[in-house]
Amino acid sequence: MTTPQATMPGGPGTRIQGFRSSVASTNAAPIYLVLLAIFLAAWVIVSLAGRPFLTIDNLTSMLVRSVALGIVAAGQTVVILAGSLDLSVAYLISVAALVSSLIMSGDPSKIGIAIAAVLGIGVVVGLTNGLLVTKLRINAFIATLGVGLILRGLLNAAFDNFAGKVAPEFEVLGYGSIGPIPLSVLLLSATVLGVWFLLRSTRFGHHVYAVGGSEETARLSGVRSHRIIIGAHILCCLTAVLTGLFLVARIRAGAPWIGPDGGYDLESIAAVVVGGTALAGGRGGVWGTLAGVFILAIIDNAFNALQFNSFVKDVVRGVIIIAAVAIYAQRERRAGR
Amino acid sequence: MTESTAAVAPSAPTPATSEVVEASLLSRIVRGVREAGPIFFILVVLLVLIVMKNPNFAKPSVFLAFFKAAAPLAILAAGQLFVIVAGEIDLSVGSLITVVVTSAALMIAGNPALALPVIGVLFLLGALVGLINGLVTTRLGVPSFIATLGMLLVLSGGIFLLTGGAPRGSLSENFRVFGRGNIDGVPVIDQLPISVVILLVVAIVAWWLLHRTNFGQELVATGGNARAAQLAGIDVKAVRTVAFILSGISGVIGGILLGGFAGVSAQVGQGFEFQAISASVLGGAVLGGGRGSVPTTIAGALTLQALFTLLNLYGFPTPIRDAVQGMIIIAAVGYASYRLRGVR
Repeated sequence: MTTPQATMPGGPGTRIQGFRSSVASTNAAPIYLVLLAIFLAAWVIVSLAGRPFLTIDNLTSMLVRSVALGIVAAGQTVVILAGSLDLSVAYLISVAALVSSLIMSGDPSKIGIAIAAVLGIGVVVGLTNGLLVTKLRINAFIATLGVGLILRGLLNAAFDNFAGKVAPEFEVLGYGSIGPIPLSVLLLSATVLGVWFLLRSTRFGHHVYAVGGSEETARLSGVRSHRIIIGAHILCCLTAVLTGLFLVARIRAGAPWIGPDGGYDLESIAAVVVGGTALAGGRGGVWGTLAGVFILAIIDNAFNALQFNSFVKDVVRGVIIIAAVAIYAQRERRAGR
Repeated sequence: MTESTAAVAPSAPTPATSEVVEASLLSRIVRGVREAGPIFFILVVLLVLIVMKNPNFAKPSVFLAFFKAAAPLAILAAGQLFVIVAGEIDLSVGSLITVVVTSAALMIAGNPALALPVIGVLFLLGALVGLINGLVTTRLGVPSFIATLGMLLVLSGGIFLLTGGAPRGSLSENFRVFGRGNIDGVPVIDQLPISVVILLVVAIVAWWLLHRTNFGQELVATGGNARAAQLAGIDVKAVRTVAFILSGISGVIGGILLGGFAGVSAQVGQGFEFQAISASVLGGAVLGGGRGSVPTTIAGALTLQALFTLLNLYGFPTPIRDAVQGMIIIAAVGYASYRLRGVR
């Protein structure tokens, strides 16, 4: 008797309005002001402590972390906007890194096959996640956690150390640059721009917002909600594969711990919500996520520069994530939903 | 058919209260098992498989040792169930366990006289963690996934800050006895693990709270449809906050047992939040709230433990556990939602 209401407590009317205002307000200006403030604060504090901050080396290390997290967070944004979420990305990143490095085994002629193979794996994992969530109606948390556990089990059973080796030419992806701009930054920019374009200017993107706002309403309005959710999951897994390829290009060989040690599952979700996307779906955008990624990277970097205990970093990061989401929730409440 | 409809909407007050009272305990158990569906069946099958591989397992002492090992997870799952039924999720219990074990070792430092006061402090700490989780979720409007994820980071960072990165101190014997001690001289089974007694007590209290009190009904109503519950005069925020406090307290009990059973380490609580959630879901609880039962959740935890035991017996490498756990929870939840749809 309670099932339909339980899935959409807000009621259809409010959700449609929410959808409209969400498309109108993909403008993520406030979060960039916060980003700027955090950047300046970190700069001042780190410089006062006599440590380098605005140096090429330091900015590069911040960017590398941002690229790895940013690519997968862009994909995570799409799934979360569609009202789902993906906890399997961390292990998929490891799978992509390991499989590509094993296929290449240092042979440049196999770069193409390796990339095609891992992209194929990404599609399969994303399709699996999407089908579990839509057709079997398994809660996304459980479905993607389960798929992540399966990947983790297979990874750890088969490998316990570095395996394979990327082709030297492939390392360009991690270390190369076009003129003064590192290739990795271009990769991140292309991913974010691509996702932004997809969300803003394609029918798929608009349907993602609609489905995330209220799947029931979207479905009744003629949106094929299952296809949208499956598409979002595939897209997210493809970005995870890209992150895996980028990381293996930098590390030069795949290892099973690459993804989970980076905490890319929970970190990417954290970046998305710090960037102002609602965990319930339907509201937010990829530019906010990018700011969220930078904010997390700057905080990491500043704490490292100040040689703070890494555990303090965890505590502060936890508080910042909660605070950010609390502020969004309060603002929304004041705006009368 | 009436039974399955009752299973769909447990929030509806049972009209035939007198009937329930009249029903004998046995028939009630039989009905409960039938309603609960396949989890008890799966558990029995797994236990039989274990006995077939290792006949020793049927001995009371070995069999009870299995329950002893499963007790922390079962207690944790029972606590997590309250949060899940309320429509929330608690990701912080795993790190809470680590905090409980490492901070107990730090505070007790081998001094038996300190064990009881420290246990008191730990319970306060667990309740406080739950209270904060609940307040951040209900008052600040932060989704519990994020609120408890933040709490996870704060707890795990905080405890290692306190201990300097590696666990220090040690637990006294009278603290560890809860997790690894036995009551000797019990008729028939000879030795009864203390943790099994604690599990029984926790199970009964949790069952009573969720299935036999107003609070339990309010919790189910809140998880089923928070708006309707609110309109019906339920203090939804308070109910949810209490659920988080119960989960925190279950984390403390689980931590105390695990500290006794497994000893002090920095990884002691790792992964327990997901296992507890898996156990509840295996037991038929629905993420999103409104459905769940204590006996089946504990059966879910035992099933998970039996599965690990079985894989171990057959010599599968530990990582395969993860893969099997993943497949099992997907299959169980897929089956449950398929059944739900059939009824609807």
